[in-house]
Amino acid sequence: MLKVEICGIEFKNPVIAASGTFGFGAEYGQIYDVSKLGGISSKGLTLNPKEGNSGLRVFETRAGMMNSVGLQNPGVDGFIDKELEEMKKLDTVVIANLGGNTLEEYLTGVDKLNRSAVDMIELNISCPNVKHGGMAFGIKADVAYDVVSEVRKMCRKPLIVKLSPNAEDIVDMAYKCCEAGADSISLVNTFKAMAIDINSRKPVFDNVTAGLSGPAIKPIALRMVYEVSKAVDVPVIGLGGIASAKDAIEFIMAGAAAVQVGTANFMKPDICLDIINGIEEFMKKENIKDLKEITGCI
Amino acid sequence: MANPKLTYSKEKIAENIRINDSTYRIVLKGKFEGKPGQFYMLRGWGSEPLLSRPISINNLYEDSIEFMYQVVGEGTRILKNLRPGDELEITGPLGNGFDIDSIKGKVAVVAGGIGTAPMSFVVKSLKNSEVTAFYGFRDQVYCTDEIGRYVKELNISTEDGSVGHKGYVTDMFKPELFDAVLCCGPEVMMKKVVDMCREKNVVVYASMEKHMACGVGACLVCTCKTTGGNKRACKEGPVFRGEDLVL
Repeated sequence: MLKVEICGIEFKNPVIAASGTFGFGAEYGQIYDVSKLGGISSKGLTLNPKEGNSGLRVFETRAGMMNSVGLQNPGVDGFIDKELEEMKKLDTVVIANLGGNTLEEYLTGVDKLNRSAVDMIELNISCPNVKHGGMAFGIKADVAYDVVSEVRKMCRKPLIVKLSPNAEDIVDMAYKCCEAGADSISLVNTFKAMAIDINSRKPVFDNVTAGLSGPAIKPIALRMVYEVSKAVDVPVIGLGGIASAKDAIEFIMAGAAAVQVGTANFMKPDICLDIINGIEEFMKKENIKDLKEITGCI
Repeated sequence: MANPKLTYSKEKIAENIRINDSTYRIVLKGKFEGKPGQFYMLRGWGSEPLLSRPISINNLYEDSIEFMYQVVGEGTRILKNLRPGDELEITGPLGNGFDIDSIKGKVAVVAGGIGTAPMSFVVKSLKNSEVTAFYGFRDQVYCTDEIGRYVKELNISTEDGSVGHKGYVTDMFKPELFDAVLCCGPEVMMKKVVDMCREKNVVVYASMEKHMACGVGACLVCTCKTTGGNKRACKEGPVFRGEDLVL
């Protein structure tokens, strides 16, 4: 009943653990049976290993949190050699989330992942673009178009492009990424945000800004998913502050074929199961046989 | 010793004891798992604040577990107001804990403030060793009678001099007199202890305190700098060998 198909890949249900909040799945696998998830998007990978940012990395806000992890990860090779085999054993769809600071990094990373057992690639275009003075690839649609079209030529796995809500125009961004060959769009990543310690008169984070996530961003994320779903033909994966089955169903009604759950995992480690069960209960109550009946009904 | 199984559960608070204005101890009844130096993520509220709070195991008995905490922010303020019968969500035990079996001989336990909380379980678990404790507090001294029964000698310092030595705990402590040193407290204190031990080539273990989100090793917000790269305080830690830490 809960099954969904995205880019030819079958998901047991529409609930995917979001990148950066779920490691490579093994940690939460100690607490509950993560094979019950629709899928897991890996910790954001880069071609080479990264140590991540210095200083404080997490700061709680009203109904949310900011993070400044800075893509600490073992690199694509480290992931393939040390993590992927265990991740595949989790018996759920394995999505490799890939970032990069240059087009070459993206392409080399994709080339390596092509030859691995990952089911899909989720391209993170929120990373700073070295050639464009550090402005993220995901801000200007034309810049994103260039990187996605080159990656598309190389990529032999279904390609999800994950959008940043900081894009100048989220609908134009989604449209251009699809024109460039994205098989699916996921949105939204974290919002660029800031906090100041008034006693030290300094920003809380060494990097000054950080990414805001959690229930605080849900209404904006929902609006963006709604607008993007209307504009593109590919499946949309919605995320941003989802913390209940009700939240997930809202995203589905706004047009999402599946959802990702990130920050809410920190509120309750097995919250994804609650969300999956809650969606199923809703479907039974409403006599819905297939999620497609309500996907994009708004 | 194999790592105890990690679980998430909802428990009823048996007691929430006031130790002083800003220090409390929650008692849960039942059989719980854990090693000295491990912690649990505690949550006694709904959606706000967003994150659960990592609190070390203060004591573990056959039929109960205790968490001693300092009221410092919104989460611990809510914990403080919980009453017997109220629900507490717990995830744990988490982290590596101290490798108790390998710690032998003359042992110094150096702790500051709420850093004394995990050391209660640690001291009670140390076998084949002679423990000297050095406990430092800002002003209010707590739980020292209890720990005094388990150690050969207890040295207390307060910053205001109201009890024991006036000054810092590190003023009284000489690492060269010990085979191993275990410490937990404010980072500035631990840095001093680790530096002193390194200078005298004494084995030192430090239990690090970091802000955490997932608590289980997935999110990488609690990393500590070590000579072997960034390590997760919630997974490879919170206990690190002093020689590995970059403080």
